[in-house]
Amino acid sequence: MSERTYVDIEAELTDQPINFDEDICLAENVVYVKPQTLIDIPMHYCPGCGHSTAHKILMEVVDEMGIQEEIIGVAPVGCSVFAYHYMNVDMQEAAHGRACAVATGIKRIMPEKYVFTYQGDGDLAAIGTAETVHAANRGENILVVFINNGIYGMTSGQMAPTTLPGMVTTTSPYGRDVKTQGHPLYISNLLANLPGVAYVSRHSVHTPNNVRKAKKSLAKALEYQKQGLGFCLVEIVTNCPSNWKMTPKQSNQFVEEKMIPFYPLGDIKVPEGK
Amino acid sequence: MGDLKLMKGNEALSEAMIRAGCDAYFGYPITPQSEVLEYLAREASQRTGMVVLQAESEVAAINMIYGAAGAGRRVMTTSSSPGISLMQEGLSYIASAELPCLLANVVRGGPGLGTIQPSQADYFQSVKGGGHGDYKLIVLAPSSVQEMVDFVKLGFELGEKYRNPVMILTDGAIGQMMEKVVLFEQMPRKTEFPDWATTGKKPGKDRNYITSLHIQSEKMEEINLRLQAKYKEIEKNEIRYQAVNLDDAEYVFTGFGLVARICIKAMEMARAKGYKVGVIRPITVFPFPTQVYADIAPQLKGILDVEMNAGQMVEDVRLSVNGATKVEFYGRMGGMIPSPEEILENFERIYIKGETK
Repeated sequence: MSERTYVDIEAELTDQPINFDEDICLAENVVYVKPQTLIDIPMHYCPGCGHSTAHKILMEVVDEMGIQEEIIGVAPVGCSVFAYHYMNVDMQEAAHGRACAVATGIKRIMPEKYVFTYQGDGDLAAIGTAETVHAANRGENILVVFINNGIYGMTSGQMAPTTLPGMVTTTSPYGRDVKTQGHPLYISNLLANLPGVAYVSRHSVHTPNNVRKAKKSLAKALEYQKQGLGFCLVEIVTNCPSNWKMTPKQSNQFVEEKMIPFYPLGDIKVPEGK
Repeated sequence: MGDLKLMKGNEALSEAMIRAGCDAYFGYPITPQSEVLEYLAREASQRTGMVVLQAESEVAAINMIYGAAGAGRRVMTTSSSPGISLMQEGLSYIASAELPCLLANVVRGGPGLGTIQPSQADYFQSVKGGGHGDYKLIVLAPSSVQEMVDFVKLGFELGEKYRNPVMILTDGAIGQMMEKVVLFEQMPRKTEFPDWATTGKKPGKDRNYITSLHIQSEKMEEINLRLQAKYKEIEKNEIRYQAVNLDDAEYVFTGFGLVARICIKAMEMARAKGYKVGVIRPITVFPFPTQVYADIAPQLKGILDVEMNAGQMVEDVRLSVNGATKVEFYGRMGGMIPSPEEILENFERIYIKGETK
């Protein structure tokens, strides 16, 4: 088949209709495709929510590494409880907070496979703190994708361990008072202190550039897992327009102006020599 | 023919686990069953490559079991009463997701932190579900160290046959006492896994996912109906019990596990005094051997149910006989073990002298 450009196709337009399969969808013309490992159905996430972007980049990494058949995921309890409806890889749905223990069971029995958990802030840093800290401390060779939006989304807007000081939620209606309701938990920084932890990096998905960086970080973490370096955590600071009572745009501004100054982006711990 | 050895109950159970080709054990120390984790840590991975991991809590241990069971592996955990309470959340999820696994509860006296001495006070928790939702474990009640070995093999087989969690409901006395046991030969570990297991998506096939979440009520009811149909099937196929001297019996002593052995001794003493006593020992306490009680009830003057608790299995015995004969209860609690003399004395008090306490 001869190499045709858009100019050539355009020249032919007057004579014949475009055949989309043959003409437009040439491999060399592709600038974007949905990851194959992301199941092509409508997601239940609210408009503007960062979860869908996080799902997408994780599955893009799985596609690019060609590991769809070698990876097992663990879904949490929270908004992403249905992650296994969207991710076309073998998955297990864990009890609330127990994802790192479930992942430990899977990884220990199949150390040659890739294993990841996908958890929100309540799941990972409140009810699942013990499971998270001990899996990290044992250096379990797994990836934890940690979605931090500072709120309980699925139960519609209660205070999370990562809720910012002064932030209004349904259970901190006058704003989070750190004197009575505790301080936001810097769980990623805490975990980075443990010797079993290889890699901790914090990202966001509120701008295209940040999406690219977050994706790179996920790829790195899975590469480190392949090398057997130990526990890796990629935190994604993101939004919750519905429960923050904001438009998607306002919520991304809130991420930029309030969340990120509190949870600064970038590497918190990298493996030696990396 | 396997090896003949003198072993402690907990160690015999651990040895049986290794020999049954168990792939992984996740557990947390608690008296009176800490020997299990110790024995496995010493023996298991060197001999079969089995994974042995000390978890940070029983909550974590049962969820590690969930993960490895979901990967289609033969997995087991053990604990004692307070630890088993912590595992109830995980067991509910495991039962709902229909994952096979085996656990042993080496029961100690409760409630609360209680005592480290033997008890049977976790009967209700074990046979009626234990965690939230309508589900059942298959529950085996050994009364000897030999059965601690045999029921490991049987437990794995039943779990895998029905895709259901199985519990060995034993107690601190059987866990700690030494008896001679015949050990079965080392079995190979599995190399092939069920087609539902999450071992990585198979080419050309749909992904596997394991879940207990079904938001639509119609779907969740369907899951419940499937589970209940399975439990009916288990009740049809898997009832096991021991019956002693029922043919001419006018009275029956009944109890499970350790107490059943004491009942047999008490029965012998009663027969020496001329009382026609038999013994029924449920081996499976779920499924409960209802029919054997129902069948014998019309010929009896009464049943004495003996337990190391405040009277739990007695409710199932009463339901089984459905009023056809009298069912009385005698029990000790808090780690106390009834003696044969005590059982005989209480039998005579209730049924011969007609006294109530």
